[in-house]
Amino acid sequence: MRRQFVTTMERQLDEDPRTVILLGDIGVFAFRNAFKKHPKRIINIGILEQATVSVAAGLAKEGFIPLFHSIAPFVVERAFEQIKVDFGYQALGGHFVTVGGSYDYAALGCSHHCPGDVGLMQAVPGMQIIVPGHPAEFDALMTQTFASGKPAYHRLSERSNREARCVTFGKAEVVQSGGGPVIVTVGPFLDRVIEAAGGSDATILYYTTLAPFDAETLRQHAGDGRILCVEPFYEGTLAASITSALRGKRIALSSMGVPRKFLTDYGHASYHDAACGLMATDIRARLDELSHV
Amino acid sequence: MPSPLRDLREQIIRAASVAGEGHIASAFSILDILWVLYHGILRHDPGNPSDPARDRFVLSKGHASLGIYGILAQRGFFPMDELKTFASSSGRLGGHPDSRKVPGVEASTGSLGHGMPMAAGMALGLKIRESASRVVCIVGDGECNEGAVWEAALLAAHHKLGNFTCVVDFNHSGDRALMLGDLAGKFRSFGWEVTEIDGHDHAQIEAVLKPHGGDVPRAVIANTIKGRGCTDMENNPAWHHKAPKADELEAVLAQLT
Repeated sequence: MRRQFVTTMERQLDEDPRTVILLGDIGVFAFRNAFKKHPKRIINIGILEQATVSVAAGLAKEGFIPLFHSIAPFVVERAFEQIKVDFGYQALGGHFVTVGGSYDYAALGCSHHCPGDVGLMQAVPGMQIIVPGHPAEFDALMTQTFASGKPAYHRLSERSNREARCVTFGKAEVVQSGGGPVIVTVGPFLDRVIEAAGGSDATILYYTTLAPFDAETLRQHAGDGRILCVEPFYEGTLAASITSALRGKRIALSSMGVPRKFLTDYGHASYHDAACGLMATDIRARLDELSHV
Repeated sequence: MPSPLRDLREQIIRAASVAGEGHIASAFSILDILWVLYHGILRHDPGNPSDPARDRFVLSKGHASLGIYGILAQRGFFPMDELKTFASSSGRLGGHPDSRKVPGVEASTGSLGHGMPMAAGMALGLKIRESASRVVCIVGDGECNEGAVWEAALLAAHHKLGNFTCVVDFNHSGDRALMLGDLAGKFRSFGWEVTEIDGHDHAQIEAVLKPHGGDVPRAVIANTIKGRGCTDMENNPAWHHKAPKADELEAVLAQLT
């Protein structure tokens, strides 16, 4: 996904002179060609996230479309107030592209974990939140939102689904339709959800845009109201969006995501998947539980 | 004859009094600087506030909003009478300036430490575009406690933003919390050109704020008096965030200089 990020943004730099990329001292080698080609519009800004977000806002005020790229906790958590006020309140267009969401950087420990990023970004009115599940989906969603004139958060993941879906910003995709519970899932979790739902009559709704949340697709496919949300960040992050979409309907909502506790072990992300109960077998067990409600 | 600045101070005090709200002393601290900026320094067009050829001004210490509102009204961006709507539910002149509401306000500020890096971003954008416009911002000395101010100082020097000037309203109101020490030396060590002035001396302000060229950002340490121009407010912390009640108004206005 990171390679696609470079390819997509090199194209944007070539095609749109409003593009300015600010790298928080990561990805610099990957963008080496862009630095040669567009020395004024791609900057290794350094490790000062708060000022960087404000500088990006200043660039947006001057008509540029800024993009700030760094590791999720340092963009979202450290510079949250700047994102909220400088971009959110002022309704400026720009992009925040992060790596290291949840426990993608498992071995680096808690300072580099960020399961709370999407929840925080949901608290910024007007923020577009995008979690692609495949490099091609990143490309499509970045292209569709690039000149939207609104702020957008793009959460890149270390792991991808095997196949890209034909995604549209703001729309959920119906992956399979049945008469059983509805599984709402997000980005890189789709493959394991498909595996978990094998042989069941569950409906699977695939979300890559989390804000604005596609309430209409959920309403149309909510069936009898049994909803299983499988989300790659803190569990319950999408609960408010789901319950709001189904207001007035009786629902049984079960959320699976990263538990709301500090993860103190290291290892690989797959270790934490198992430790957090987010393997396909865990999802199947929860689905079966919901099937009997 | 009352001076135009005395008149402006009266309008500001009356606006705050009607609202029962406002950082009057903070506004008075920078009023001379604002006056000079908008009378011969900054290129601006009240009839076309977003003219691309304008110079940009960012009030990073947004709580001094009454100061910029007074000057913008005096220059014709909106009627002076509108000051009477300050901080009201139906008005657009808030306790902190809002760039989406108020013509002439370039950035919504209030959270200290945001305006200066936003102004630096504007200066960077203007430099990328090779524009002749420049950017001036005012920060408070208390605001200089914020790390983002110094992050912006690093960035402005590194990116050779000679089109950027940062004025520090050094009224020492932050001293009770954290002494800044040699503020000029700190900016110099970050790679800025630094000039110290009397922030109420119009000739000094004008001389230092004229376009200076080059590729080094300029810091102006403006030694100021918080509450300047109203005897009881000067250096009186009781007036930091306070507006005169109706029965106090005439007594306060009588102290204006």
